[in-house]
Amino acid sequence: MHGLPDQLANGLALGALYGLIAIGYTMVYGIVQLINFAHGEIFMIGGFGALTAYLWLPDGTGLALALPLMILLGVVCAVLVAIGAERFAYRPLRGGPRLSPLITAIGLSLALQQAVWAFYPDAKKARPFPQIGGADLDLGLVTVSREDLFIFVSAPVCMLALGLFVAKTRTGRAMQATSQDPDTAKLMGVNTDRIIVMAFAIGAAFAAIAAIAQGFKTGEVNFRMGFIAGLKAFTAAVLGGIGNIYGAMVGGLVLGVAEALATAYIGDIPGLEQFGGGSWKDVWAFILLILVLLIRPQGILGERLADRA
Amino acid sequence: MRHRSLLILTTSVTVGALTLSACGSRDDKSGGGDSGEKTTVVIGVDAPLTGDLSALGQGIKNSSDLAAKTANKNNEVDGVTFEIEALDDQGQAGTGQQNATKLVGNQEVIGVVGPLNSHVGQSMQKVFGNADLVQVSPANTAPELTQGPNWQKGQKKRLFGTYYRTCATDAVQGPYAAQYLYNKRKLKKAYIIDDKKTYGAGLAGTFADEFKKLGGTIAGTDHINPDDRDFSAVATKVAKSKADFVYYGGEYPAGAPLSAQISKAGSKALVVGGDALYSEEYIKLGKKNVEGDLATSVGAPLETLDTAKTFMKNYKAAGYKLPYEAYGGYAYDSTWAVIQAVKAVVEKNDGKLPDNKDEARKQVNEAMRDVKFSGVTGEVAFDKYGDTTNKQLSVYEVRNGKHKPVQTGTFQES
Repeated sequence: MHGLPDQLANGLALGALYGLIAIGYTMVYGIVQLINFAHGEIFMIGGFGALTAYLWLPDGTGLALALPLMILLGVVCAVLVAIGAERFAYRPLRGGPRLSPLITAIGLSLALQQAVWAFYPDAKKARPFPQIGGADLDLGLVTVSREDLFIFVSAPVCMLALGLFVAKTRTGRAMQATSQDPDTAKLMGVNTDRIIVMAFAIGAAFAAIAAIAQGFKTGEVNFRMGFIAGLKAFTAAVLGGIGNIYGAMVGGLVLGVAEALATAYIGDIPGLEQFGGGSWKDVWAFILLILVLLIRPQGILGERLADRA
Repeated sequence: MRHRSLLILTTSVTVGALTLSACGSRDDKSGGGDSGEKTTVVIGVDAPLTGDLSALGQGIKNSSDLAAKTANKNNEVDGVTFEIEALDDQGQAGTGQQNATKLVGNQEVIGVVGPLNSHVGQSMQKVFGNADLVQVSPANTAPELTQGPNWQKGQKKRLFGTYYRTCATDAVQGPYAAQYLYNKRKLKKAYIIDDKKTYGAGLAGTFADEFKKLGGTIAGTDHINPDDRDFSAVATKVAKSKADFVYYGGEYPAGAPLSAQISKAGSKALVVGGDALYSEEYIKLGKKNVEGDLATSVGAPLETLDTAKTFMKNYKAAGYKLPYEAYGGYAYDSTWAVIQAVKAVVEKNDGKLPDNKDEARKQVNEAMRDVKFSGVTGEVAFDKYGDTTNKQLSVYEVRNGKHKPVQTGTFQES
């Protein structure tokens, strides 16, 4: 098991990224019971928004200066698209058959992907993303690249902020109420439409931050990046218990670590040489998902599904 | 309310579908009919024009276009005008096969240039074989496309008489890299990674066999998914293995982030690969992390050949927006080979193509066997399997953000 600390760090970085995206799935599901399959594309648009900010700045701008702007524009783009999607694609279908919004989500996902493909300059191939650069940080047990540092800082900050927001603020409590019982919440004077928009917006903002982290990690953004990331994040949300924001992060971390460890060590087990390495990691991750769901159908931190669904 | 949701649902699905189909649809206009005497024939081009590999694909399309225009301008074949119909296969075998069917269906098509990817080529071969339509690939390097699935055991068998290619195969490309690294660079410890595609896995396999034969050791092997971009776990494995270099059988969209992440994991190992890493995009995506990486490519560097200088000059003059990339010269030669085959048929039939289109295709395919000319990439001719007789290879190194040739030669069995 040599290299275990490094592999754990790899897994946590990847998992935190999945977790941030998964928040968007889980919040929207928790409040409107909709699986927003276009969320992966919102993530991708966040990445392109950040890239636009970087390209828009004059050459040679230090990353310390560029980063806040990149985050800002990435988040703004993602949030605007998410709010637009909610208003024009999902809200008209609310109250309709459950399958309609699902199909809409899939259609929207394709449309957004192809829109970026067609209209963003030179997006028909992968666009290089700026890199932080500099030597890796040697923390004794593990070495962490500067690119991964971004996700290690941003993920806890985002989680803390979200946790405080949901637990302490008035809007946060209204959000909980809407998730528990939308009709009663409405009777109590909660503007549920506004709460739903809020859930979409927060999810989109987190996805944009995750997209910047992925851009740093892989050195590129491309119009298809949302598909795989979205699928993994959705898995993470289910794994952690869909509807639970902490569950999304826990699910993401478990999934990320499982993938890293499967890549690194499954091949060392006698008899399993064939099934190790990078190409089988997804298979192992999904085996884990099935096992968890067999034992805990509601997910790791999931709660009983009350009286709905 | 119900009706309204249904309407919106239909609209959004339609919009999605339209956006999708808009990328695929091209005008199906067939040429010809503009002048009385001139016959217009179409040369089909199939390459990934969109998606990850579009840089290479667009280079192929533009270079084929240049060849057709040059032939028209110089009146290369009397009484025949050439047109290009370029289809996008997005690097997908299924799409490639649909395109092949489409090209066969277009009666004006006399020959096809493409595709880029070996697995796409594999899916197109049979369609063209059944229609007697000649296909010349500028970039398929998997040996089984010409020599059959058992080529490694020495049982070479040509499967489709309509398939030709102008580039050398992985049967020489992988071993050539192994010899260079072991003998010249004195690197003895390799880590081998491939992307499980026809091209990548084949290349990594031929490399590993030769490297072991020379006495090198394999520190580890791994396979990745070509759609992944996070390779941190694999990168850490490479770093811990203390390998001298990584041989990657695959293409630049995954190769560049892989190489960058290996550097970030603290490994000094350089990444070596085949012709699909020999692209400007590889350096653009990997930035300074790919400095020192090596790529082999088939043929001599274009800059050193006189025939190529004219090509580069004309390409520039034609004002294409994107560079000709790794396969531009081969695409030009592939197209030129089709033009030469048409020329041979026209000369044989008293100055015109047979009126029966199927007969014309058949004759062009037969004429391809004897095509021989001095092309952009050297002497172009085909052996009895449809492979090029030109077996030159080069090694390139990334230095200061550019691929610089470091060695050119012909592969010798060790």
